Amino acid sequence: MTPRQAGSPVIVAERLAAAYGSRLIWQDASFTVDPGEFVAVLGPNGSGKSTLLRLLLGLLAPAAGSLQVLGKRPHQGNADIGYVPQRRSIDRDLPVRGRDFVHLGIDGSRWGVAMGNAATNDQRVDEAIAAVEAAAYADRPIGRLSGGEQQRLLLAQALAGRPRMLLLDEPLASLDLRNQIVIAELVAELARANHLTVLLIAHDINPLLPIVDRVLYVAHGGVAIGKPAEVITTEQLSRLYDAPIEVLHDSHGHMFVVGLEAESAHHDA
Amino acid sequence: MPDLALAAPYFGWDVVRDLQELLHYPFMQHAFEAGTIVALSAGVIGYFVVLRGLSFAAHALSHIGFAGATGAVLLGGAPIVGLLAFTMSAGAVMGALGRRLRGRDVTIGLVMAWSLGLGLLFTYLYHGSAQRAIGILFGQIFGITSQDVAVTFVAGCATVLLVVAVYRPLLFTTLDEEVAEAKGVPVRGLSIAFMVILAVAVSEAVQVVGVLLIFALIVAPAAIAERFTTRPSRGVLLSAILAVLFTWAGLTAAYYIPYPVGFFIIAFAFGAYLLARLASYGIGKRPSGR
Repeated sequence: MTPRQAGSPVIVAERLAAAYGSRLIWQDASFTVDPGEFVAVLGPNGSGKSTLLRLLLGLLAPAAGSLQVLGKRPHQGNADIGYVPQRRSIDRDLPVRGRDFVHLGIDGSRWGVAMGNAATNDQRVDEAIAAVEAAAYADRPIGRLSGGEQQRLLLAQALAGRPRMLLLDEPLASLDLRNQIVIAELVAELARANHLTVLLIAHDINPLLPIVDRVLYVAHGGVAIGKPAEVITTEQLSRLYDAPIEVLHDSHGHMFVVGLEAESAHHDA
Repeated sequence: MPDLALAAPYFGWDVVRDLQELLHYPFMQHAFEAGTIVALSAGVIGYFVVLRGLSFAAHALSHIGFAGATGAVLLGGAPIVGLLAFTMSAGAVMGALGRRLRGRDVTIGLVMAWSLGLGLLFTYLYHGSAQRAIGILFGQIFGITSQDVAVTFVAGCATVLLVVAVYRPLLFTTLDEEVAEAKGVPVRGLSIAFMVILAVAVSEAVQVVGVLLIFALIVAPAAIAERFTTRPSRGVLLSAILAVLFTWAGLTAAYYIPYPVGFFIIAFAFGAYLLARLASYGIGKRPSGR
């Protein structure tokens, strides 16, 4: 594993803008992410959170500004990035084991059939499965597993490629609260152990509060980054949304953003 | 054994003698040679057809081929040329649509019906015997020439080798298109390539089972294989083996009983599918860790 390179950021965005064709999603985003940082990406539906990941993966070119990922311009097929997209449900009858999904993370993009280093790759698959504690059900058809079990195996797939950065699109969606916390802690643990930088898209900051370093808020055509306590404030969010937003705190330190409902409905429409 | 040819078809427990009997005539040799390679290619590609949810698209491809085949006959050409031209063009279009093809049953069905209608018109305009059309609809493997066998062999080997060449990225895009795309797999190109390979396999299979019974070789073996294994590599192999077995069994049965080969092949395939469903129902659940 590569040691932490303190001081040289793994993501550098300068006046970055994202657009699909002529439709501008957000613009003027300038931020950096340091190696080993755990960043939660928040914002209403349709605000362009997944679009940010697409830019980092090289699947979408910046509409303006510049973006560097791990010292290079983003490009498709970057082996240093592990990616878990937002998951629609997997067909219950899909006749494929979780283990086969994980295996694709190592050599799925190579041409031909597997030859030669099969034993080494099998071992890497085993290691990745063990790392997410999924050995008990990795040989069952993946469609038959629970959402949390599937999420672990998809995480193992991303890890099997031995990345330096993880991009996770709503890995906590459709999980119950207890599993949200378990999976979030698992990601944080794996990131620490492997010195991974993590960008994780989420709807609710609360299960992530104990583990995130910073929050990247995507809303209303713009982006803001900072520590949760700095960004998720009544003033910051009201400015970002250009609308009256209120952030409430409960006795456990949980944060609740109020006044977004109309905004997110507006963006979805 | 020169006297074998004069005797009534022999069938008994002497396997060697049965095989000598079966393969005595050149038309049977050709049928077995072409049938085997066609089945291999159909079984291998069929696994991905079922996994990608493209069974109906494969079915439609063969019907689109019917218009091409009858059109070629009308113009005085070989049916296989028109068959390939139509299925490959349609396959390329379907492949370019990619994921958007799913759930387009109505559109696919209408194109399919339109193609059958065209085929009907071409058959009517061709004032020869309707036997040509029947042969395209239901297959005519016993009429295959040694030249056809050679062409089929080349096309069959090419399709199998191409699937082997794209096996891992094809599996990746089939199971996890978004991650595959991010990992640099040319998703769209593979989708087009796969549908064109499928078009060639379908065109070959039409010779054996015809346009209407294409499911027997492309879908049935793969659907059965998927009930018995959760490992893609084994699924592909099992699907290919089953397709070959159904073809051999169908050819053998049709040699002894004067009913059409296509009927026997789909009969064996359908019977096996029923048994497979019963077996996995008996086991209790669908495939576990096998």
